[in-house]
Amino acid sequence: MGGLQKKKFERGSATNYITRNRARKKLQLSLPDFRRLCILKGIYPHEPKHKKKVNKGSTAPRTFYLLKDIRFLLHEPIVGKFREYKIFVRKLKKAYGKTEWSAVERLRENKPTYKLDHIIKERYPTFIDALRDIDDALCMCFLFSTFARTGKCHVQTIQLCRRLTVEWMNYVIASRSLRKVFLSIKGIYYQAEVMGQLITWVVPYQFSHDHPVDVDYRVMATFTELYTTLLGFVSFRLYSSLNLVYPPKLDSNGESEPKEESEDDYAMNSESYLEVSHFVLNSEDMEKMEAREKELKQQEAQKKLFEGLKFYLNREVPRESLAFVIRCFGGQVSWDKSVCIGSTYDVTDETITHQIIDRPSMIFETFACFRYYIQPQWLYDCVNAKILLPVEDYFLGVTLPPHLSPFVEEKEGDYVPPEKLKMMALQRGEKPGNEQEEDEEEEEEEGEQEEEEEQEEDDNGDEEDDEEEVAEEKNLKKMEEQRSQGKSLHVKVTPGKLKVENKARLEQEEKAEEKRLAIMMMKKKEKYLYDKIMFGKKRKVREVRTLPLR
Amino acid sequence: MKKAGGKTALKRSKEEDEEQNQIFNFNRKPADEDKDDDLSDSEDSVYSGLEDSGSDSEEEEGSDDDEEEGSDDDEEEGSDDNDDKMKEKKEGEVSEEKKKHEYEHDSSDEEDIRNTVGNIPMEWYKDFPHIGYNLDGKKIYKPIRNKDELDDFLDKMENPEYWRTVHDKQTGSDVVLSDDQVELVNRLQRGQFGDVNFNECEPMVEFFSSDVMIHPVTNRPADKRSFIPSLTEKEKVSKLVHAIKMGWIKPRRVEDDGRGRYYNLWASEDSSILARHKMHLPAPKIPLPGHHESYNPPPEYLFTDEERALWEQQDPADRKLPFVPRKYSSLRQVPAFSQFIHERFERCLDLYLCPRQRKMRVNVNPEDLIPQLPKPKDLQPFPTTRSLVYRGHSGLVRSISVSPSGQWLASGSDDGSVRFWEVCSSRCMKTVQVGGAVKSVAWNPNPSVCLLAVALDSVVLILSPSLADKQVILSSERLLSAQQEGEEPAEGNGSVVWSEAEGEELNQGLRLKIQHPKAVHQVVWHAKGDYLASVMPDNTSHLQVYIHQLSRRRSQNPFSRNKGLVQCISFHPIRPYFFVATQRSIRIYNLVKQEMTKKLQTNSKWISSMAVHPGGDHVICGSYDCKLSWFDLDLSTKPYKMLRHHKKAVRGVAYHRLYPLFASASDDGSVIVCHGTVYNDLLQNPLIVPVKVLRGHVMTHDLGVLDVTFHPTQPWVFSSGADATICLFT
Repeated sequence: MGGLQKKKFERGSATNYITRNRARKKLQLSLPDFRRLCILKGIYPHEPKHKKKVNKGSTAPRTFYLLKDIRFLLHEPIVGKFREYKIFVRKLKKAYGKTEWSAVERLRENKPTYKLDHIIKERYPTFIDALRDIDDALCMCFLFSTFARTGKCHVQTIQLCRRLTVEWMNYVIASRSLRKVFLSIKGIYYQAEVMGQLITWVVPYQFSHDHPVDVDYRVMATFTELYTTLLGFVSFRLYSSLNLVYPPKLDSNGESEPKEESEDDYAMNSESYLEVSHFVLNSEDMEKMEAREKELKQQEAQKKLFEGLKFYLNREVPRESLAFVIRCFGGQVSWDKSVCIGSTYDVTDETITHQIIDRPSMIFETFACFRYYIQPQWLYDCVNAKILLPVEDYFLGVTLPPHLSPFVEEKEGDYVPPEKLKMMALQRGEKPGNEQEEDEEEEEEEGEQEEEEEQEEDDNGDEEDDEEEVAEEKNLKKMEEQRSQGKSLHVKVTPGKLKVENKARLEQEEKAEEKRLAIMMMKKKEKYLYDKIMFGKKRKVREVRTLPLR
Repeated sequence: MKKAGGKTALKRSKEEDEEQNQIFNFNRKPADEDKDDDLSDSEDSVYSGLEDSGSDSEEEEGSDDDEEEGSDDDEEEGSDDNDDKMKEKKEGEVSEEKKKHEYEHDSSDEEDIRNTVGNIPMEWYKDFPHIGYNLDGKKIYKPIRNKDELDDFLDKMENPEYWRTVHDKQTGSDVVLSDDQVELVNRLQRGQFGDVNFNECEPMVEFFSSDVMIHPVTNRPADKRSFIPSLTEKEKVSKLVHAIKMGWIKPRRVEDDGRGRYYNLWASEDSSILARHKMHLPAPKIPLPGHHESYNPPPEYLFTDEERALWEQQDPADRKLPFVPRKYSSLRQVPAFSQFIHERFERCLDLYLCPRQRKMRVNVNPEDLIPQLPKPKDLQPFPTTRSLVYRGHSGLVRSISVSPSGQWLASGSDDGSVRFWEVCSSRCMKTVQVGGAVKSVAWNPNPSVCLLAVALDSVVLILSPSLADKQVILSSERLLSAQQEGEEPAEGNGSVVWSEAEGEELNQGLRLKIQHPKAVHQVVWHAKGDYLASVMPDNTSHLQVYIHQLSRRRSQNPFSRNKGLVQCISFHPIRPYFFVATQRSIRIYNLVKQEMTKKLQTNSKWISSMAVHPGGDHVICGSYDCKLSWFDLDLSTKPYKMLRHHKKAVRGVAYHRLYPLFASASDDGSVIVCHGTVYNDLLQNPLIVPVKVLRGHVMTHDLGVLDVTFHPTQPWVFSSGADATICLFT
């Protein structure tokens, strides 16, 4: 006995967490403001290990924040700005109510604003950190830049998003850092490698959105506010890394036009980069180095994929996307003057090598026979395959080959679509003529699968043996019966069958049994885990098997 | 004519209506009247100055006519004659009245007021012979009917003045307009001023012009307040000054477009990485799209009908893919993705609402999870194959027992027989019909005697199968007859009755019958072979276990209190301990001290069987909930190991007397043989390794193997099954 009684929930994890409502009260903010603050500052709830302890014995579902995070928010200058804004809104309302228009005007002029620069710096202490997190920013800005000016958000925001996205695309073109493109049913995915970071973003197809009602645009707008700031600073840094001026001078309509003078700068830059990488590689072992070098070489080749080609876009194809992709790989592109400004040459230009067209039939005038009329998928597939694919499959009116996702990397045992195999063969430099070999390969694979099946069957092998024994016994029994009945046996000596003992098989069986017995001795927890893993594996195998059968 | 007449009548009534509504105005009136005339001579093109306007109004009238004809047809037809008359009467005086009316509006002088009724609808007088009163107050009578439609027509044809004749309703007379008047009407209709001399296009004289005039516009002297400073203004200004002084009003903010102005934020990479940044969990990136998401995926990735139906049925949270894969033959056919904004929004919510937790995802190799056990090969010998099957029983074989020499096997079955088999040849040497389902058989473990205890119904039988050396048989007979020679069995136990077998039974080998008060479930021998214990499971009384001494033919009930339903019992192989398994626990009693020494918790729901290690320090116990628990008595009262090898209820367990083996039999038809080395070192735990799963019995009535026992000297195991067979695995 003796001593003070220890009170519950006054130490340990209970004091490290705070519920959302208490945090809100501590910060003296309304819920929307708290939400905005969390979004801007990147504060997210935490899941405590012992929820009941933290929840002071209650099991009610609550959101918990780290107390440290909330304390950190207390010193945020933006909280003051939020309060100012709240007061501003109140004053404005009052002025409106009293119809004091001069007061309204004065208030509007003095509307409190805030900057997010310090937050960006604080959240991303280094540039690479910011670059790593830019995926979402890009997706959001690309989405917002496609919004119509219908009052879902401020027009300035839309314009700013548009500007920033165009600047970003410009950078990607100038640095030739686009790696993969994927046409999905959702939109067009792009993947670029910027300063060693893989950055993926998705751009919706060019249609007007029907805005859903159950989406809180305030949240989206807050995110966009943060993201535009982030993207602006990142773009600035990226442009300065290419010795380009930021903001670039763009066409009035925000058309993505790479500046000609930037090319030289860029070229210099890339070479220097290469040299550095050589130097670093020397220290590594040869094999890796060679692989890396090869990869780099491939990359360089990919960067110049469309160089020397001249494209012409028909009016029905997605111009912006295609122009972006073509320019990223060094091609020249133009379109009809009436579609958009910025077209550099006409349809009648004799030097055009490819005309991108997406029409049901060939009812159009042909200008020259030295020109391919192909569907837009060809470009994207070429980018993903890193080579110029044969154009025959992509001619007008031809059923297109499937468009595969470049992001899937098949591991051992995964299902690989035959189209991908074909593409890989092309990459290796094989001609598409020898399809038989591939079939053989496939057959081999199937053979392997069968073997696996056999293995599984082995598990049931014991039972089969038993069955055999039973059959033998039956035979013996029959004979015995006949003997006991005293009938004259038609004695017949059947030559005994030599049981061929398959040693390998026996060994396998033994091993399988050993394994089964060992599995029996597993602890409950491990058994559960093991079963789960095996279930997943088996399902995967099953899926891989069923997929090509469709 | 009739038609024209009708029309005029219509017009009249219409005009009257207009009058009623007080919309009669001077300017329109002549025109209206003219129109009337026009209409009356509609067929002829004798239109004059009013022609152009007339045509317009005619159309209007026409349309009006139609409307009215539609509505007023009945009324008109009925009152046609009346109306006509009225009109005729009226016409005479109207013209005079018109004049008067005309001047009513003219406020100047009313020279020509002949009818004093005032500005009223004249139809009020239609039923009277007069139409009003003159200045003297005399009635003005309606003109005698002298003008019918024919007259009118003739008038129209012959009278050159007809077109300028106007009917005055108030006086009922016709007025012929003069040239001046006609001119006036025309002008007014053209929208011109009535006065010919009025010039509407006179140049405007600008009064307030941009030129500063030297003279004031008004002659009014300036106010005083325009010379002295305003007090209210002063007040306002002083308020503002005060507010500025106090800092309430700030000077206008300089327009600062902070947004969209970027600079090199990371110019000084001071690497000020706070502890926060180390703690920060970056949000996981959105998984990259697979082939499923392509606008033109390979056909195998598209949904089949079943998959699609499944997808539609499933809750959105359970779906494997959040969208249905679609295939479009060309890029231009790809529609907008309706969920795009939704997905972005969901991502936003995830970013700021989802709790983040660092999860150590260990990439476990499943092979590593399998424990490394000694190979069964190294733990030989153990039974591996079924070598013999003992057939002969016709009911399920509940219990088997091997003689201490290992030569004979006794089995008790539900068909009411006990069979003795030769182990090596599977020959049935002897069959004893005992007349009841045998629950348990137990061979006396003493090698110097050859006795078998059989439990059926409420009797325990002692059989002397005489399957041994003569000496052994003799010694067993001596054991049975020893107490006979001595004193009589004490009858004090009351409920248990010992009796000797006689006659035929004696020939079969039956020697003794121990009659119990209740059904006996199990019978076991003490290692010395003199004591014998039997179980009568019964929840209600303390009479559940009896210990019999064969040599003295004495029985005793060791327990005075009921501690639960006794499932099975066992003697300690060496020391004077007694194991009693109730439903959920095993109690160990010291028979010498007559007290309980230990209680083992089995953690299972219902114990089915129990076996004690020949060393005496370990116990295994099978239960109906598929578990086999191994107890180390020196270690704890909790199981050292729980083995969940069987899929169904465990029916029997057994230890080998010499080899470190134990076996368990289960309803799933399998016997699992495990290696279980027990070390003398107290610090080392027993090593348990399953070495073989033996199958050989056929499942009947959902029962598999009922009993299992080891050969006393060889690493062989016997099992009896519900399929009426006994198997030997060697």
